[in-house]
Amino acid sequence: MNEKPEKLIDKKGLRLDGRKPDELRPVKLEVGVIPNADGSAYIEQGKNRILAGVYGPREVHPKHLALQDRTVLKCRYHMAPFSVQERKSPAPSRREIEISKVIRESLEPSVFMEYYPRTMIDVFIEVLQADGGTRCASITTASLALADAGIPLKDLVVACAAGKADDTIVLDLMDEEDKLGKADVPVALMPGLNGITLLQMDGKLTHEEFETVVNMAIEGCKKIYPMQKEALKAKYMGIKEEAEE
Amino acid sequence: MVSVVTRIKQKQIVQLLEKGKRLDGRELTDYRELKIDQGIIERAEGSARVRLGKTEIVVGTKVEMGEPFSDTPNEGVLTVNAELVPLASPKFEAGPPDENSIELARIVDRGIRESKVIDTEKLCIEKGKKVFVVFVDVYVLNHDGNLIDASALAAVAALLNTKMSNYEVEDGEVKLKSGYTQLPVRQHPITVTCAKIGEKLVVDPGLEEEQVMDARLSMAIDDDGDICAIQKGGTGYFTPEQVIEVSKLAKDKAKEMRKKLDW
Repeated sequence: MNEKPEKLIDKKGLRLDGRKPDELRPVKLEVGVIPNADGSAYIEQGKNRILAGVYGPREVHPKHLALQDRTVLKCRYHMAPFSVQERKSPAPSRREIEISKVIRESLEPSVFMEYYPRTMIDVFIEVLQADGGTRCASITTASLALADAGIPLKDLVVACAAGKADDTIVLDLMDEEDKLGKADVPVALMPGLNGITLLQMDGKLTHEEFETVVNMAIEGCKKIYPMQKEALKAKYMGIKEEAEE
Repeated sequence: MVSVVTRIKQKQIVQLLEKGKRLDGRELTDYRELKIDQGIIERAEGSARVRLGKTEIVVGTKVEMGEPFSDTPNEGVLTVNAELVPLASPKFEAGPPDENSIELARIVDRGIRESKVIDTEKLCIEKGKKVFVVFVDVYVLNHDGNLIDASALAAVAALLNTKMSNYEVEDGEVKLKSGYTQLPVRQHPITVTCAKIGEKLVVDPGLEEEQVMDARLSMAIDDDGDICAIQKGGTGYFTPEQVIEVSKLAKDKAKEMRKKLDW
């Protein structure tokens, strides 16, 4: 591991990568990146590189999991062995199993589950490189992949973390801030419905700080939301132009 | 699958909540009756049983010698595991831990770890080589809702009751001596779970309430009244206002319970 930085915030109030406390890392989103998948998307957020692919609605496997009145949403969050400093075993860890569950529960409120009874929708997320905040970036890109698969959604789900590094409240924590900071609060939001679909926290915050952090995370989500819409439009405007040629 | 019975129950629960009432007659912010017994398993280094209404949890702790993690060479190790044993509910099955038991274990773990319950540096025997490893095993014996709060309470109660062997280091060899020392516990986090049913928030959801809830939000509150861990679960959502409301409820309920428990 690299040397631990002594301070996460410098004298000018800037962060290790030169960002202001309420500044996002650069975000790049792309839709329709896996030809075989029914829907797919890719995100770069800081050094995070994450792919999401959606298959379905399709036949339920194993069959006994089928529901008569709604579809079954399944989600697998997985990190590539080379995505972190020390090689990660490819077998799913307890952390990945928990994150798969909370990501599924963050996406499900946005899906019209009752439209596809007796079917299953698979969401596969592969983290190719991790840089802090992978669960949030995964949600942002998985929601785009669901939309790309043509699955009717009530809203896009967008996620962003906020937290506390040294004594400053900061937005969109990078790896070092995540590991050495004082608190990390990932939030997923359906901006159109004003609904928080994921909320976790570790660290220590007073109630006043917590309120500030949640509001900052929500503002962060609202900044990424238009980028998500742009990425969707970009793919389909491209197809439209091709068709007109 | 949401069964017909559950649908009917859901309607009944929502209608009652509109009038500010719950199926078992509790107020919206009331906990069920709580009973904690410590030291119930003699073979374990620490143990506690928590009964929250009909929910029953036993936590046993074991303290063994082991190696520290390479990034924290002078700190002991804490591991939390949860078992949803099949005798506790018709819904539980034997087998390797599923996502529900892993989530439960990780929520309990986060509450203890983030509030720094154990002074892990005091568990170091020889830097980089030997430390005490504390195993916290959560055993769910009857599932009647809100396993999170009951398990978190049981884990802290068991840690408070945990002793570790005395030892001395002689020529680089660790030798156990007679007698025990109390595990250094310095915080007593209390986790409070609220369920959202319709537009209402209820504290300490029972099993039937969990079956019909939209979502749940759990917050661990430490001795200073600060928040140290949060987990949202369930397939619904909270508005930002409801999140703040839950954080206030959690703070108040934790304070109230802390007073009762004298923690």
